[in-house]
Amino acid sequence: MADATAPTAYDVEGQPVRLAPNYWPFVLPALVVVLAVIVFPWVFTIWMSANEWTLGQPRSFVGAANYVRLWGDPRFWESLVHTLWYTLLSVVAPLFLGTLAALIFDARFPLRGFLRAIFVMPMMATPVAIALVWTMMFHPQLGVLNYLLSLVGIPAQEWIFNPNTVIPSLVAVETWQWTPLVMLIVLGGLASVPREPFESAEIDGANYWQQFRFITLPMIMPFIMVAAIIRTIDALKSFDIIFAMTQGGPGTASETINIYLYNTAFAYYDIGYSSAMAIIFFIIIVALSLVLLMLRQRMQWSEVKGK
Amino acid sequence: MTFKTFKPSRREFLAGAAGLGAAGLIGARPAFSAEVDWKKFSGQTLEVNLVKSPRSDTLLKYMSEFEELTGIKVNAEATPEQQQRQKTVIELSAGKPSFDVVHLSYHVQKRQFEKGGWLADIGGFVKDPTLTDPGLTEADFAEAGLEFAKDGDGALRSLPFSVDYWIIYWNKDLFEKKGLQYPASFEELTKAAEALTDKDAGTFGFVARGLKNANVPVWTSLMLGFDKYTVDKGVLQTETPEAIEAASIYKRLMTVSAPPGVAGFNWAESQSAFLQGRIGMWFDGVGFAPPLEDPNKSRVVGKVGYGVMPKGPKAHASGTFGDGIGVTAASEKKEAAYLFCQWAVSPIMGARLLQAGAGVPFRKSILGDQKVREGVTMPGEWVDAVAGSGEISRLALPVIVPVTEFRDTFGVALTNLISGGDPAAELKKATEAFKPVLEKSEKA
Repeated sequence: MADATAPTAYDVEGQPVRLAPNYWPFVLPALVVVLAVIVFPWVFTIWMSANEWTLGQPRSFVGAANYVRLWGDPRFWESLVHTLWYTLLSVVAPLFLGTLAALIFDARFPLRGFLRAIFVMPMMATPVAIALVWTMMFHPQLGVLNYLLSLVGIPAQEWIFNPNTVIPSLVAVETWQWTPLVMLIVLGGLASVPREPFESAEIDGANYWQQFRFITLPMIMPFIMVAAIIRTIDALKSFDIIFAMTQGGPGTASETINIYLYNTAFAYYDIGYSSAMAIIFFIIIVALSLVLLMLRQRMQWSEVKGK
Repeated sequence: MTFKTFKPSRREFLAGAAGLGAAGLIGARPAFSAEVDWKKFSGQTLEVNLVKSPRSDTLLKYMSEFEELTGIKVNAEATPEQQQRQKTVIELSAGKPSFDVVHLSYHVQKRQFEKGGWLADIGGFVKDPTLTDPGLTEADFAEAGLEFAKDGDGALRSLPFSVDYWIIYWNKDLFEKKGLQYPASFEELTKAAEALTDKDAGTFGFVARGLKNANVPVWTSLMLGFDKYTVDKGVLQTETPEAIEAASIYKRLMTVSAPPGVAGFNWAESQSAFLQGRIGMWFDGVGFAPPLEDPNKSRVVGKVGYGVMPKGPKAHASGTFGDGIGVTAASEKKEAAYLFCQWAVSPIMGARLLQAGAGVPFRKSILGDQKVREGVTMPGEWVDAVAGSGEISRLALPVIVPVTEFRDTFGVALTNLISGGDPAAELKKATEAFKPVLEKSEKA
């Protein structure tokens, strides 16, 4: 087809020249965009991370010094622990609750569509707006949560205002917002589950729990894994809710790598050091995603084998 | 690092300059001199970058008056403090800021802006009678303001806009119930705070910022009472017995007498707690006063006392902060931008600032004007607290480049005190962490 439509050009002597089909000009725009918005920022970040560079002050090349400093920076390690703890909680909680919600919404009952729509509403709200509302609800003296607790005789809590409870409290907000996403993914999985195995199981006398444990769960596992990967990446990257609610406080009790990175870059203007941190953090995210992808592959394999 | 600051006497403040008399009446005289050709830059468009605050709100509210006076069109942007600081620093260090006029917080950014060479020298403009109202002279600014506005070589880089002292807001009802007097010393302060606290009734004697970074001025203000600055001639004083003593007072106030969760409080949370009428004393900037006297927001209208910081064991000092407004060195419309700055600190705008309780101008002629004072909507006690603080004013944050890092590092130490940390150990840790940062920035 290319030959048939290839344009005929003329050389200097007026002789027709047949041009080979050459598509590279069509690739060029995409290539330029990729180079400009993905490759260049990365190379530039790597270059910045090899420099001692604070805004408003002269820059100097320091090689790997920023990475060495990172290695010995307790605040970085603390923030890494906070990030992992925060991520673990805000993956597990929505996965559990979201799967449960999907099982409930998979059943047929009146007003199901309407209730589902209400259930997914938190997902549509703006994180910063949510954060502000929750901050007010968490206020130890004026917040509605402590008022509700007082009605059932539970003493007032300090929620995000206490270093020990701040991360679980933030996770509660994150869970409230993102459980619906897990629910939607798992619900999709449930819809694709065939009915026959359940019929056979019923004939074989399996009870509801056994049906769930040995048929439903293995069949929806790949969907749960997809949800887990999305949640993990999201939770690792989480910034808006934490920043708007605690800015990493009290003290540094909820300072994740993202918040520390942000402070280093935009409050201390230490561009070199923050670039090094960004690169290490990127490597961590990629590594974790790979682990999850591998797990997902294994899940699918076991599903096939199970059949 | 000692700054001689503006010290209006109470008499100056209360009586005002009688000579100004009727001439000082806002609206009764032309507010802007006819000698200045205000319309010279008519038709130009200025980009103005402001910090969102009651100060900038006042400017925005009357912006059309400036546009009418000069024929200059203003595109003003007011963003919250933290974001504004980032935006301005990034744009200024890139060399091509998108704005001609910039609003800066001296106590955080003075040194950084000087080192970057980001602000134009406007000293010449001030002396130019075709550009400057005759009333605007360097001598009219309080000394603290001039110290803030001039760089190391004595060049004027901005116009001092508004000064902020830290005072104690106290609930007269709660004090009366316990038969207490307003404290005169740090010792009395902690004792009163403890006597006012009744945890079962949900009443607490004291509230102030516990949130890291924001909390540092509380501690440094206490340190000033021990006659100690945090940085003296480039050397950190944060491990001295005075610093530890001040941190111990902070810890005692914030653990024994403050409401639970105070470790996460910034000024807003402290303010809303005080507004509910269950807090004995709240220590913060003088500019947060207006909502306290607003019946729609406050349960303590008419019951609030405004007190000057009590005397410390070695000195009587009031922590002072300030902001200024300047022209960027990269601006191509420096004269027009300067006219804007001049308008922002003009007598009429300063009077509005003071009268609304939104801020305190640096200009003595405004503060000393009896007519201006009469129009102040805040109670007389508030003005007394402002005047009283002015007499003992001292800078509460070090004039260094990494102020934010300083506040973050020591802020964490202070927050840790609230959850049980030891003052000496926490300050040692923070000092060790911050020392290399300071040394590096001083070397650069």
